[in-house]
Amino acid sequence: MSQKSVELLTITSAPIGMPYQWSVGIYGSRFFEEIRKTQRFVGIRCPQCGKVRVPPRRICGECFCEMDELVYLPSAGTIVAFSVVNYPFLDPSTGKKRPIPYTYGYIQIDGADNIFSHIINETDADKIRVGMRVQAVFKKPEEMQGNIEDIRYFDIIK
Amino acid sequence: MAKRVAIIGTGQTHHRSHRLDVNGREMIYEAVNRALDDSGLTIADIDAIVIGNMDHFESINYVDAWSVEGSGGVMKPIMKVTTGGTTGTSVAIAAYYHVASGMFDKVLAIGWEKNSESDTTGAIVTCSDPVWDRYSYSGAIPSLATEASAYMEKYGATPEDAAYVALRERTHAQNNPYAHMYGRPITLQDVMDSPMLAYPIRLLDICPRTDGAAAVIFASEDVAEKLTPQPAWIQAASVRHTFTWFGDVDQRSGLQSLQRASQEAYRIAGIKNPVDDFDVAELYLPYSYAGLKWIEALGFCEPGEGPQFIRDGHTNMGGKIPVNPSGGVMSTNCIGATALLRVAEAAIQVMGKGEARQVPDVNRALATGFGGCWWSDVMILGKEKP
Repeated sequence: MSQKSVELLTITSAPIGMPYQWSVGIYGSRFFEEIRKTQRFVGIRCPQCGKVRVPPRRICGECFCEMDELVYLPSAGTIVAFSVVNYPFLDPSTGKKRPIPYTYGYIQIDGADNIFSHIINETDADKIRVGMRVQAVFKKPEEMQGNIEDIRYFDIIK
Repeated sequence: MAKRVAIIGTGQTHHRSHRLDVNGREMIYEAVNRALDDSGLTIADIDAIVIGNMDHFESINYVDAWSVEGSGGVMKPIMKVTTGGTTGTSVAIAAYYHVASGMFDKVLAIGWEKNSESDTTGAIVTCSDPVWDRYSYSGAIPSLATEASAYMEKYGATPEDAAYVALRERTHAQNNPYAHMYGRPITLQDVMDSPMLAYPIRLLDICPRTDGAAAVIFASEDVAEKLTPQPAWIQAASVRHTFTWFGDVDQRSGLQSLQRASQEAYRIAGIKNPVDDFDVAELYLPYSYAGLKWIEALGFCEPGEGPQFIRDGHTNMGGKIPVNPSGGVMSTNCIGATALLRVAEAAIQVMGKGEARQVPDVNRALATGFGGCWWSDVMILGKEKP
């Protein structure tokens, strides 16, 4: 059948809500507890490769072994990479448009071997450089909810 | 002892942004039929099927079952394999494993995507860790952009360097009537002037969203040469998937998964100098800066030399190692099919069926897949039986 002879239709799903409930685990829960109580980060050291990773998790994927040595880290670090997000999209976690522009940052927390991804509080790409120092800014402890938004963003240290 | 395996035929749709005239199954059917025609087979000749697409993209969860009318899978062994961006190379390598096992003679690999049916970025965001990464993650573009920012800082690469990659891909696509961007040439200035999506990536630095499907037929050494005069033999396949958390990937180093996968594949196939030993490469380069950095991981040049290697024209048609005669991912990106198109296009080059996009006298071709959390797959295809 020729497609010119018929109007081509699409149908649209309703804005359905499908809530999920993800387990944060022992070490992740400890991380959020620590930033609420002391505003410092907790990482974890692998007994085999010796690397410190933040956020803490139970298993070192590279060594495939369990970790249990917590390491306390400051809430400052260095920008390793970044991007200023400038285009609109629906956030599947909220069903709403993510506010833009915002800066997606990869930050090496002092004393960690891996990189922590979060938001940098500067959206002018000309004012951000790889290698700049940043400091985590937290919510007030009484406003914290035990999730990643308890860290509001990272401020560039002038 | 594993059977030796060859590709004997390929098929693909004419890729477009919106194929409202077909549903997913019907689009798959088009690619499968073209692959059967190319191989001189009917669906009755196919012993097993491997199919894949992106999870969450069309909200179709059991794609192996859902697609059987279009794949030809009714009453056949069929498996779904899905690994994000690498899905296309994963279905290809899984089909290769099927045939190499000796249990199946002719296996059909299918990759497809109807990007028009969902919000691509929203769907990709769901691949990131929901507790730690998802809050700040915004899909493929800024994730790739961070890599570019670290590469620029380390080696002084510029947006113009990257724009040469975008120009090459789009220029090559003008030779490929299947490409989404066929008939839409651009200039270097167009790339530099296009809207900034996520610093430093502009609109023309990144791949499009495409509706399309690809199908590739793998056959054992017992039947391949009887079915086609020049099969494309699989000389090596390698898979290296690393981390799940984006922060565990160190953007200051080269793309380690691609380094490791290519080193293993080169060892298996006896590749000493990739630029000399390959006649063509179909690389999964989803954005322009990858065309600078990832050819370093593949050993085409030393770290930091990617920009000059591109400016010297070595990867253009007629260069030392033409990259992406098809126009690549930046000219066609039906994501579940995208890496399979790299394998299909490499096979097309080996079989000499590339028409306007054919590189002369291809003996050996390199194909790659990229996706997930900075994961890489590599396949090496050639005229000679391994």
